[in-house]
Amino acid sequence: MSTIDLSARRTPPLGGFNATILGLELRRMLRNRRTVIFTLVMPVALFLIIGLNSKYVHESAGRGNVSAYVMISMAVYGAVLATTSGGAMVSLERALGWSRQLRLTPLSSTAYIALRMAVALSLGLASILVVYAVGIATGKASMPLWVWITTAAIGWVGSLVFAAFGLFMGYLLPSENVMQILGPVMAGLAALGGLWFPLEDGSTIQQIAQFTPMYGLAELARVPLTGATVEIGWVVNILAWLVIFVVGAAWRFRKDTARV
Amino acid sequence: MEQTQLVAAPADAATSSISLRGVSKAFGPVRAVRDLDLEIRQGEVVAFLGPNGAGKTSTIDMILGLSRPSAGTVQVLGMAPHEAIRHGLVAAVMQTGGLLKDLTVAETVAYTASLYPTTAPVADVLRRAGIAEIGDRLVGKCSGGEQQRLRFAMALLPDPALLLLDEPTTGMDVEGRRAFWTAIRSDAQRGRTVLFATHYLEEADAYADRIVLVSKGRVVADGSAAEVKKLASGRTVRATIPDPDEQALKAIPLVDAVEIRGDSVLLHSHDTDEVARHLLTRTDARDLEITSRGLEDAFLALTGGEPVATTGALA
Repeated sequence: MSTIDLSARRTPPLGGFNATILGLELRRMLRNRRTVIFTLVMPVALFLIIGLNSKYVHESAGRGNVSAYVMISMAVYGAVLATTSGGAMVSLERALGWSRQLRLTPLSSTAYIALRMAVALSLGLASILVVYAVGIATGKASMPLWVWITTAAIGWVGSLVFAAFGLFMGYLLPSENVMQILGPVMAGLAALGGLWFPLEDGSTIQQIAQFTPMYGLAELARVPLTGATVEIGWVVNILAWLVIFVVGAAWRFRKDTARV
Repeated sequence: MEQTQLVAAPADAATSSISLRGVSKAFGPVRAVRDLDLEIRQGEVVAFLGPNGAGKTSTIDMILGLSRPSAGTVQVLGMAPHEAIRHGLVAAVMQTGGLLKDLTVAETVAYTASLYPTTAPVADVLRRAGIAEIGDRLVGKCSGGEQQRLRFAMALLPDPALLLLDEPTTGMDVEGRRAFWTAIRSDAQRGRTVLFATHYLEEADAYADRIVLVSKGRVVADGSAAEVKKLASGRTVRATIPDPDEQALKAIPLVDAVEIRGDSVLLHSHDTDEVARHLLTRTDARDLEITSRGLEDAFLALTGGEPVATTGALA
């Protein structure tokens, strides 16, 4: 009887992370009708309904018009929903036993988390690009080119906070449809972040809202347009929530892998 | 019930596939696996049998590195389980789950293949598993049998040196089962080790080189199919003996096992006639009864006589 040559076996580079799985994961996300509607269609629809209001088109806001202001808000909303959905996929994968299956392959846990983050950020970028593309196509949102680019970049990078949030929730909640629970939560956080309508400065709601997770990101993403002075509190808000979600996700992840 | 250990041939390190030494696993107060020793050599096809709660799943999880033993050591192909997994040396097929419904069959295989440095070509694997023609179908739309074939295709991609199977042929028809085992046996010829949990006792008899029977977290019988089958056959003599002496009864020639219930004595043997003759001539035993044990009863007896008398529970 022969034996299998063990010394010929290698481990994969990058803990198994590769372009094939990233591509397949993105295809999966786009196959999910709910994800597409909430992260790509809805932000565009909201921009078309609110942002193209003729009053907003002619009203100026900083370096552009209110249509552009609304467009940025909707793109940020789309991006955070997209990254949250991307992170929260772990919940479904745990329920299906797929994460257990992956633990029987050379894919490392780090590579798995990196994959989820990459998928979340790709979908977040798609969400922003779609809203901005519609903004360009409709020709009503107006602001300098560099503001288009910087607002998109800030919104995208900042949405990483919500990829961590999604991951945390995905490990925390046992449901197969985490986004059904998170959807209303996200809408509420968006309101507190001033994405639906601007919060009146100094109002009670604004005093509370500045501690909620979307507030800092929304304010910061609009800075290139409004020309407002960056407040240190916005940056602290973003970083603090990022730390909270990453620590939470790491804690639940450890518990999860210890139990299986 | 007496414990029976038939095979204890030590495997040397170079050819050892699975090595469990003094392995225990506790979940709070529940001791799922108790001081279990098991050596499996490369190229062996081993059936893992035992009632529900015997510790089979806990043991398999430790071999796969999904959980750590509370005590003892687990080695797979001379390395820690997670190292063996990382090198693509181990694969497992579980009975349910473990698939994404929103990928197609071919995508699932391509996904899995991309995680290993080298694999057999995806198209070949699909064809060999008999799922080439449903490559474009979403996994969620596949039948249970098709999903099981897909799990096999995934497991065989890295050409694993050790393959663990949990109830591999559940739901297959007789022909499918035979074809499956033919393929598994030919793989073992080339050095692949296969450990499978099953509740088809006949399947363990027909296809395993070796049967490991576990009960209450311990190995209660370990030997070739023929050896365990011999243990599992035979008949039982029941007799009434006032004040039975267990040692004396065990010393009766040809008696394999002794069970005492008050004045009632149950003696298991392959030659119950000889035992009955001994009892009637040399002891004051009376009210003799001789009964055949079915295969299932015998396995139940070996696993501690727990009242779990359904075929399914034997797995």
